[in-house]
Amino acid sequence: MSTIAVQQGTKWWSGGRSPFNANYGKVMMWYFLMSDAFTFGAFLISYGTIRFSVNHWVDPNHVFNSFPFAGHTNLPLAFVSLMTFILIASSVTMVLAVHEGHKMNRAGVEKYMLMTIIGGIAFLSCQAWEWTHMLTGQHPVLVDGVVEYWNTTVAHNPFGPEVAYTGTDPLFIGKEIATPGPIAFGSYFFEITGFHGFHVFSGVIINIVMYLKTKMKHFELRGHYEMIEKAGLYWHFVDLVWVFVFLCFYLI
Amino acid sequence: MSAEFLTQEITFHPEHDETTKPIWRTFWILSLLTGIELTIGLIIYNIHKGDHPNTSLVLAFKGMVCILTLAKAYYIVAVFMHLGSELRNMIMTIVVPLGLFVWFIIAFLWDGNSWKNLRNEYNGMPPSQQLEKPAQKAPAAIEKGAKD
Repeated sequence: MSTIAVQQGTKWWSGGRSPFNANYGKVMMWYFLMSDAFTFGAFLISYGTIRFSVNHWVDPNHVFNSFPFAGHTNLPLAFVSLMTFILIASSVTMVLAVHEGHKMNRAGVEKYMLMTIIGGIAFLSCQAWEWTHMLTGQHPVLVDGVVEYWNTTVAHNPFGPEVAYTGTDPLFIGKEIATPGPIAFGSYFFEITGFHGFHVFSGVIINIVMYLKTKMKHFELRGHYEMIEKAGLYWHFVDLVWVFVFLCFYLI
Repeated sequence: MSAEFLTQEITFHPEHDETTKPIWRTFWILSLLTGIELTIGLIIYNIHKGDHPNTSLVLAFKGMVCILTLAKAYYIVAVFMHLGSELRNMIMTIVVPLGLFVWFIIAFLWDGNSWKNLRNEYNGMPPSQQLEKPAQKAPAAIEKGAKD
């Protein structure tokens, strides 16, 4: 906040300068991100509306409880915490790249951009595993008195309310069995995490372009690393959205 | 920072921190908040495992997680995205429109809740076609909810 003191008495709105003291590109990146926040917000609020409108919703701890190479061990929240920490860590390396850019240290920018790109790819790999797990994992579900094995897709999910099994299958006699869950769960999950994953993917592409431009000394010749700052804004926004996706799908 | 960067648009440079201390401090704050969120998530999981989960307790914990998430969002935007060191004019043009979310969230969740109540009350039929109330409301409601 020390900067506020610097411009006391400056006539910001009398023309000849940006009243925001920022370049067009950076201001527009902020406004783009604001509109994107509304897009994600609308998705998440629509998910919330549907979730509020039904009597039973899927228990996330029951759905997201597996970890790669851990078999059927019940590990609620474990994998998604790993994904969250990967994204926070890559956010830190991104802001360190911006910091090195302010100091005009090209080697530092390159190093941290590379680490950010690796973090982004790691996150995408985790998401690919999670989607595969959701789409291929089979769960018993009671459909019209018959036990079927369902995966989770945009059309159905096997995580509905549990009922006592009254049929003849010896595997399930005397046990509780799930009924079909709310259809909207799969569609919202794949829609919102997919849209976020697409943002991560495009962020990784942007970061790769920025990394190559840094390596080719484009920014060094230009005299500033503001492009890294703009790419950084986008990348942090991706992290910001994940914070809310994490909240809405995994925690509550 | 080189002098050439000063243009018509940029009349002065915000003071950038010389050290990376604030960045790492924010990293630890974010990690700590995420850790607390995960702990609460596991508490909710264990409450759900019981036979009669205390719904108001679960709701209280969920509210706490929402507040912690907003705190995380604040740190990401203010420190990582450097919005905290921009001019107040610019901060306001971004933050004030986001106030719409207050209405947006309340209105739509309210709508969803009312939708559920209407469905449970009328069993999926408009009141005009409602001949008699269903004898057993709860199982029908669950079935209805599962289908949607």
